[in-house]
Amino acid sequence: MSTMAEPAKAEAKDTGGKALSAGARQERRLGWLLCAPAVIVMIAVTAYPIGYAVYLSLQRYDLRFPAQAEFVGLTNYGAVLTSPFWWDAFWVTVFLTAVSVAIELVLGMGLALVMHRTLFARGTVRTAVLIPYGIVTVVAAFSWQYAWTPELGYLASLLPEGDAPLTEQWPALWLIILAEVWKTTPFMALLLLAGLALVPEETLKAAMVDGATPWQRFTKVMLPLMKPAILVALLFRTLDAFRIFDNIYVLTAGAHGTGSLSILGYDNLFTALNLGIGSAISVLIFICVGIIAFTFVKLFGAAAPGAEVKR
Amino acid sequence: MAAAGRTHAGRWAVVNVVVVLYALFPVWWIVALSFKDPGTLTDGDYIPTDWTFENYRGIFATSEFTRALINSIGIALIATAIAVVLGTMAAYAVARLRFPGKQVLIGMSLLIAMFPPISLVSPLFNIERIIGIFDTWPGLIIPYMTFSLPLAIYTLSAFFREIPWDLEKAAKVDGATAAQAFRLVIVPLAAPGVFTTAILVFIFCWNDFLFAISLTSTESARTVPAAIAFFTGSSQFQQPTGSIAAAAVVITVPIIVFVLLFQRRIVAGLTSGAVKG
Amino acid sequence: MAEIVLEKVTKRYPDGSLAVRDVDLDIADGEFVILVGPSGCGKSTTLNMIAGLEDITEGTLRIGGRVVNDLAPKERDVAMVFQSYALYPHMNVRENMGFPLRLAKVDKETIDRKVEEAAKVLDLSEFLDRKPANLSGGQRQRVAMGRAIVRDPKAFLMDEPLSNLDAKLRVQMRTQISRLQRRLGTTTVYVTHDQTEAMTLGDRVVVMRQGVVQQVGTPAELYDTPRNLFVAGFIGSPAMNFLNASLSAGSLHTPLGELPLDDRARQALERREAPREVILGLRPEAFEDASLTPRTDGPVVTATVDVLESLGSDAYVYFSAEGGPVATAELEELATDSGLGDTGAGADQQVVARLDAATRAREGAPVELRVDMSKAHVFDPSNGANLTHPERE
Repeated sequence: MSTMAEPAKAEAKDTGGKALSAGARQERRLGWLLCAPAVIVMIAVTAYPIGYAVYLSLQRYDLRFPAQAEFVGLTNYGAVLTSPFWWDAFWVTVFLTAVSVAIELVLGMGLALVMHRTLFARGTVRTAVLIPYGIVTVVAAFSWQYAWTPELGYLASLLPEGDAPLTEQWPALWLIILAEVWKTTPFMALLLLAGLALVPEETLKAAMVDGATPWQRFTKVMLPLMKPAILVALLFRTLDAFRIFDNIYVLTAGAHGTGSLSILGYDNLFTALNLGIGSAISVLIFICVGIIAFTFVKLFGAAAPGAEVKR
Repeated sequence: MAAAGRTHAGRWAVVNVVVVLYALFPVWWIVALSFKDPGTLTDGDYIPTDWTFENYRGIFATSEFTRALINSIGIALIATAIAVVLGTMAAYAVARLRFPGKQVLIGMSLLIAMFPPISLVSPLFNIERIIGIFDTWPGLIIPYMTFSLPLAIYTLSAFFREIPWDLEKAAKVDGATAAQAFRLVIVPLAAPGVFTTAILVFIFCWNDFLFAISLTSTESARTVPAAIAFFTGSSQFQQPTGSIAAAAVVITVPIIVFVLLFQRRIVAGLTSGAVKG
Repeated sequence: MAEIVLEKVTKRYPDGSLAVRDVDLDIADGEFVILVGPSGCGKSTTLNMIAGLEDITEGTLRIGGRVVNDLAPKERDVAMVFQSYALYPHMNVRENMGFPLRLAKVDKETIDRKVEEAAKVLDLSEFLDRKPANLSGGQRQRVAMGRAIVRDPKAFLMDEPLSNLDAKLRVQMRTQISRLQRRLGTTTVYVTHDQTEAMTLGDRVVVMRQGVVQQVGTPAELYDTPRNLFVAGFIGSPAMNFLNASLSAGSLHTPLGELPLDDRARQALERREAPREVILGLRPEAFEDASLTPRTDGPVVTATVDVLESLGSDAYVYFSAEGGPVATAELEELATDSGLGDTGAGADQQVVARLDAATRAREGAPVELRVDMSKAHVFDPSNGANLTHPERE
């Protein structure tokens, strides 16, 4: 009726390289086929232009005098990196990024805990928190601008007569941070909330039984368990904050020493109309972002690819 | 015990109210501004003393705004549609199929998600001028759909992963072809995920400012966020505050409606990829 | 309805690992065959290959006389019931059950009639308009069965269809499946890791380990004459007891004492040139309370009872045999699979005896047990082969 095999160790028989089965081949082809359009679009719209930007950055290319375009090697980079404008913008960007991400992390964690723990009106709170996320940044920025404009805004009226905070460097920088924090904390909070949901309730109960205070439960149990979620949130928010543009453009237009790198790049292109220098700035910003991402991954051990992206 | 419970609840109520106020106050401020007439615009009150629709009538009377609104809606919708279709295809492959190069695709989307848009502005500006799509709808649709593709792929593949493998196997054994299994089983189940992704991508496109001011130069493709920034008062000395506030409210309302209706889904979509990482 | 024939069927994954190796199996028309084994033994892979959900690397698969290696699942005309039931959540019960017919372009009236017939058989008539989410586990399981039977397929393939049900319901559904299969007479291949299910359901049982078929036979054959240590240890609950033993002059020297072999065993061992060191296998019912049994043949051993479990109908007596546990790869795999790999049971071999409920054995007290040596099995520790298996080779 049936034969039976000797009890045997399941060693792979040596058959050499057998071709893939028809099913696997078909699956492979379908996979490529389905991904192809997305890949082509992504390469065409990002990889090619960034390559083109590198090419442009090696040219002297002033839009006012297009005929004079010529290859100048790294001259544009030299010009940018020795320019005080670049370094001012660079440090402003670093400052804005570091401070706003730090504040967002603390506030976002608080907000996440509120959303996680609150006993009632949870839906209302979540909806309210989503509103800053959904609002167009430019709209929010105008709201803040009007709030701080003397004789117009409710917040400006709290200040001493004659104060115009948006026209002074430090107050303006802090207001930019405020606007940025308001807009993006909810996103941070949602990512952290997702991380909180991964902390098993029983583990917290066990810690409570073991005599941990609420603060100890938070620092010794929750935070370590949430580490991956925190890192992902930090990475994405840092990279996002580094390209800050909308808020500054509306609030100060980059005046009074508040211009970020993105503002600098934009101004060079559209005000100075210098495509060569503008492209060099683009490439340098791209390198900065690459360094940040690389540092994050190296320092904190890969912040899981497959992670959520901003917005 | 009961008293302690009440103070506990009371504390949460205070915290919740603070959170809600924090989130809503700037929004309310701009709404209030939009309903103020020019005379009381500077009174700093949170509630307009004289309600007026003048600002709204004003902006809808100019093509500067109506044209921008049409541009915004059209560009965001088309970019969303394309991104969701391409994203769905790629996400299905990522979530379900084994093929070499999958990691490359995932890495590439991650890279684009981190890409500083300003780095693309200069080259795209030049390329679009050369091929003649500068200041046109496609000129904005193309970067929008590209930058929202990673978001679409991540969110959708998280949704696809939640559809049990067994359902597809069952469909196959039940006699479905691959196409039938996809159409009759996968698509209906993925629909909520696709919808959520569409909302997120739409918000992303709707929100953009940098590309909108860099890759347009006239009314023909300028979207509302960019148009607002170029609003001028009716006279040189008059700030366009009221108009800007009204325009801001108009483009904020649809987003708030989305958020109110689909709060749960948006949260699920935003955090789906992050959790499963 | 059809017979299913597997010839040297092998499944190798692209990374070279072998999931199923040279499976030969001849399933007759209308037969109910169970594939059983610990997780990772290749039973589900084998089922998936029959269904067409996984490619066959080598070998031939025939359903109803036709080679179907390269046919898509839809062309094989088999129905499958999944462990997760795989009900389509967006369709109600009626649509779920009618789905295969709809795909086969059967006309609407026929679909309705067939679905309603099947629903009646499975007691689902009142749930036809519900979505799967609003059904209990048992009802979902029945819908999955219904989806399989409406199409009158050549064969039913069932992948652990009962393992998501609670214990009581599982027993109930087991009998229902058995009855249904007999009534329909459809060839059925059923995968399970539960040996009780395998023993109670199947006409024949196929025991697999590490991708290789260990033994094919009726439940009684597997139980009474296991071919090797693995089958012996896997089939039966409580499991067979194993003791290290050394063979001399037709008698086994074991931790329980000297146990003389009967003629049947002695001849078999001689014929196969058994080694000196062997493993003795005794099922729990090979022990009897010496004070209760009328028998006088067979050796008597004395053991101190560690634990006594009275089940009413029987009593299980646990005691330990000195000399360390029996350790072979097969038994280790079985222990790990059943979750017994790490119970901290200590260094001695545990032995369980199934005694008459009237036994006077008490915990902590010695008990005299008569051993029925006609039910003893002797295994070769080097390859696990049953040296006392009656079949001549």
